[in-house]
Amino acid sequence: MNTSPQNTVSMTKPAAITARPAVPALWSDYLQLLKPRVMSLVVFTAFTGLVCAGTPLNPVLAAVAILCIAVGAGASGALNMWFDADIDARMRRTRGRPVPMGKVQGVEAATLGVVLSLFSVMLLGITTNWLAAAMLAFTIFFYAVVYTMWLKRWTPQNIVIGGLAGALPPAIGWAAADGAAPLNAWLMVLIIFMWTPPHAWALSLYTSEDYAKAGVPMMPVAKGAASTRRHILVYSLLFVPVCLVPAFTGLGGPIYLAIAAAGGLLFLVLAWRVFRSKAGDAPDDRIEGEDRLYAVRAGAKDARNLFAVSILYLTLLFAALLGEHLAGVAPLELL
Amino acid sequence: MPDIIERPRIDPDAFRKARSGRNIALGLGLVAFVVIVFAVTVIRMGGYGPHF
Repeated sequence: MNTSPQNTVSMTKPAAITARPAVPALWSDYLQLLKPRVMSLVVFTAFTGLVCAGTPLNPVLAAVAILCIAVGAGASGALNMWFDADIDARMRRTRGRPVPMGKVQGVEAATLGVVLSLFSVMLLGITTNWLAAAMLAFTIFFYAVVYTMWLKRWTPQNIVIGGLAGALPPAIGWAAADGAAPLNAWLMVLIIFMWTPPHAWALSLYTSEDYAKAGVPMMPVAKGAASTRRHILVYSLLFVPVCLVPAFTGLGGPIYLAIAAAGGLLFLVLAWRVFRSKAGDAPDDRIEGEDRLYAVRAGAKDARNLFAVSILYLTLLFAALLGEHLAGVAPLELL
Repeated sequence: MPDIIERPRIDPDAFRKARSGRNIALGLGLVAFVVIVFAVTVIRMGGYGPHF
């Protein structure tokens, strides 16, 4: 933490990332390091996994388990913001984060990440079991080291492989309740894992200039927009059938199946429209300045629609699983 | 993006207020951690109590 006022009036960009900040950091800046919006998705999917396990668990222990998973996710976010401060400073979407803004030192973000990682893993192990704790530790390591420090800057497939970190929370929640991670837990992981590429690539189609400026080899930057649109369609064709599988394995019930089928059809239609569009081909010259990056262009509208619907679809899938298990709706077990 | 960033001088009162807020947040976090560890220990040592 910073302990004395700074009167620094100018510094170079690298210094802004590593030197003592000139702006006093608020507690909310440290909270921002934990990526609260990502944490909310992690909490939701982990809680769904915990409930779907169907194993009785003391509510206090369940709440602490979810808190640990959320804090673990936040810790990996803080480590990501420490390591990616140079990239974040170049991207419009991320340059307002506390480290590139100079509010929090990079070393403070790293320390916060390491300390919260240790606390969350140890507390989850003590509260529930060490399988869940080990899975949380692996998730933090995979996101902070494998994805952030390696994949993100190296390969256009970064979010395909790195998506595993974001996909694991339901299995951690399941393991926290049950002490095991059976096939249905991994099915939930597979759904999020297969959902991530079309979701992230749809976003990157209309923000590719931002990634290009930062030198991040996202698919549209490294392989071009046409290849990205083709990848989106292929991954969507693989993703939607996976979403139907829980109805055959005793995980999802009739409500889930209806949402998975209807939403999946819409998802495929939108993926097809992105494939046929010119999304990501070229920025619209009529729009000037930084608004070019995020403005809805004729072709990019299809990509933006797919991005929005992908979030809604995943949310509804997990809400259906959660609702059915809480309400006691019998799963279908079509197999 | 320019290489040199101009930053305004910080008001000492604002700095102290920010530091106080951070310290309170840290203190509350530590208290919460102690309470959680206590509650978890009591529950685990005394059986699992009520379930859902």
